[in-house]
Amino acid sequence: MTQEFAAAFSLAWQLLASADPALREIVLRSLAVSLSAVSLACLVALPLGAALAVTRGPGRTALVLLLNASMGLPPVVVGLLVYLLLSRSGPLGALGLLYTPSAMIIAQTVLVTPIVAALARQIIADLHAEYDEQLRSLGLTPLATMRTLLWDARFSLLTVALAGFGRAIAEVGAVIIVGGNINHVTRVMTTTIALETSRGNLGLALALGLILILLALLVNGAVMALRFSGLKAAYA
Amino acid sequence: MPELALPFVTTGAAAAGGAQAILPLVATGLAYDAGGQRRLGPLDLTIEPGRRTVLMGPNGSGKSLTLRLLHGLLQPGAGRIAWAGRPADQAIARRQAMVFQRPILLRRSVQGNLRHALQSRGIHGAAQTARLAAALAMADLAGFADQPARRLSGGEQQRLAVARALSLQPEILFLDEPTASLDPQSTWQIERLLQAAHAGGTTIVLVTHDPGQARRLADTVVFLHRGRIVEQTPAAQFFEQPASPQAQDFLAGRIVL
Amino acid sequence: MRIPLMLAGLALAAGLNAVDQAAADDRFIIVQSTTSTQDSGLLDAILPAFTEATGIAVRVVAVGTGQAIKNARNGDGDVLLVHARKDEEAFVADGEGVERFDVMYNDFVLVGPSADPAGIGSSKDAVAALQAIAAKAAPFVSRGDDSGTHKKEQALWQAAGIDVAAASGGWYRETGSGMGPTLNTALGMQAYALTDRATWLSYLNQQDFRILVEGDPRLFNQYGVILVSPARHPTVKAADGQAFIDWLLGPDGQAAIAGYRINGQPLFTPNAQPMALRKAG
Repeated sequence: MTQEFAAAFSLAWQLLASADPALREIVLRSLAVSLSAVSLACLVALPLGAALAVTRGPGRTALVLLLNASMGLPPVVVGLLVYLLLSRSGPLGALGLLYTPSAMIIAQTVLVTPIVAALARQIIADLHAEYDEQLRSLGLTPLATMRTLLWDARFSLLTVALAGFGRAIAEVGAVIIVGGNINHVTRVMTTTIALETSRGNLGLALALGLILILLALLVNGAVMALRFSGLKAAYA
Repeated sequence: MPELALPFVTTGAAAAGGAQAILPLVATGLAYDAGGQRRLGPLDLTIEPGRRTVLMGPNGSGKSLTLRLLHGLLQPGAGRIAWAGRPADQAIARRQAMVFQRPILLRRSVQGNLRHALQSRGIHGAAQTARLAAALAMADLAGFADQPARRLSGGEQQRLAVARALSLQPEILFLDEPTASLDPQSTWQIERLLQAAHAGGTTIVLVTHDPGQARRLADTVVFLHRGRIVEQTPAAQFFEQPASPQAQDFLAGRIVL
Repeated sequence: MRIPLMLAGLALAAGLNAVDQAAADDRFIIVQSTTSTQDSGLLDAILPAFTEATGIAVRVVAVGTGQAIKNARNGDGDVLLVHARKDEEAFVADGEGVERFDVMYNDFVLVGPSADPAGIGSSKDAVAALQAIAAKAAPFVSRGDDSGTHKKEQALWQAAGIDVAAASGGWYRETGSGMGPTLNTALGMQAYALTDRATWLSYLNQQDFRILVEGDPRLFNQYGVILVSPARHPTVKAADGQAFIDWLLGPDGQAAIAGYRINGQPLFTPNAQPMALRKAG
């Protein structure tokens, strides 16, 4: 077993050192798909989270509960739902998006949006409790209040986006169904790992897993650096 | 002690322009309930334009509640509030400002806080630049414009909060114990800002614990006790001859029951 | 933050759209196939020659035969390449496919630990081997996923007169996953398993496992290819799909299949009927 780990480490290192073109292709595709999905999810989820944090009204609690519950949506279920939607015989079949990177982005967006919205709502609600009287004294509209809170919570929200990214880049269940794991088209890190595991190529699968961790580490590091420099400049 | 710059305080009537007057502010039968219990009122209260009204009273007497009801941060359980005979609306709300005991500053720079407030009142461009510079000078914080506001000292933070409120050129300014946790120098600086605002025509409603501060700033004193107004008199009369035993105890530094 | 984020998102979406677009401009077909053709490396080996000859790229979605047929029934593919003859014929009979052709075959084998606790390694009789496994209650790992391999295995158990459903969860373990993960499980549990020879030969994690039963005619594994009906599913790329089928059944495709070997062993045996016979038939 330890031997296998050592072999996987050395294989991962060789793949990285040789800048293996096949590896580069799937790494870039993984990044592009998951970053796009998280960006799109943030566009929807941050305003949604802010709206849920700021407004009171009937149905709000139910919506928050629903959101919190859908954080646990299994990727396979999301994949299946998006497959049924995008299938040629589904309602959006005419778009011809199934088995494309766009389909993978859609699936991951659906997967990540509840996570970003639920966590953002909590963070913004906490900040709102602190700012509430000042903002109401200024006579801010709900929309302007949301804008102020989103801006002032941006560094915490960056961490939320990161949580969403972690979920997106690591999941395999949704993208393998809607992407089809097609070589050079929809093959990403996780589907490659699944394929190599199927082939009994455990060493390569493990090496790819290590590279995936490294990738997540790099993205986390970049965001933390951004957050740190930003905090130094604007926070107290 | 540094001399505070007071470059302009053109508030009050000047800012009102041609708009209809919003003062006097008249509260009638004002009451507030929480948890099924009456916490305040019913009370009647009139704030005259250009006057400095100081709300005093022991802890729990309802000073802060009154201030929040008048400013519209809380909705009264009974009674009505009339601004020159009209009920409060969005336009009237935007001609007021409030400073809290613990300043609520955004996670932004000093000037970022000022800019946010000015933008929220629709003040942009050259007017914003001018008011921002004036507010920085007013608060004696010009050298800290780009510092994170929440890294300032307590006194600096409250000066910024007052300058932020005054930069909006409100016709009426509510302050809830703005100097309660400040050192004497910071307190003096805040009081100078309030005096200047008053000189510029701003109507001031101030809650304070401090009889000394009330003596220095008040035109009218409203003394509250257990959610009711016990006295509402010109300041000089209140300090010379307090009519109620509660006010007498309070001024003598005794515990008011 | 929201604005840079939004811009980044839009840029990325635009970039990917471009990728999608570029890919869409290329000619390509989608082939719904089984894991065995992909896991064994066959398709990776033979498809480039077809693409080079015709300019048509082949996008392979490799899933279990059951799911591949379902996806094709939804119109999510142009060509079906699977190994479950009855289901394939039903697919055509239902009007979902145009016509079914034999492409190639390989065979199934029973693999297990060298220790062979049920002693099945001495015979060629697959049915007797299964009976021996059941008699010993020796662990057996099944795909359990309605795949072609799973269907073959069920037919063999039936022939052996053994009700595996009763033993499910006991010595009979259903993984509900592909061939590779099922082999991984069998290795972990020192259990017997039925696998197609191609997947087994290309499987890199054999450890002390080996083929114990092979050569029984009942272990024959025929692959068929079908053009998804353009009449039923108008988005099907009939011409390009047919071009792929013609190539696969023609001399170039058949030679490519025969030429794919691992460690000198062929994985699949091409057996398409000559063109003249197909036309006649």
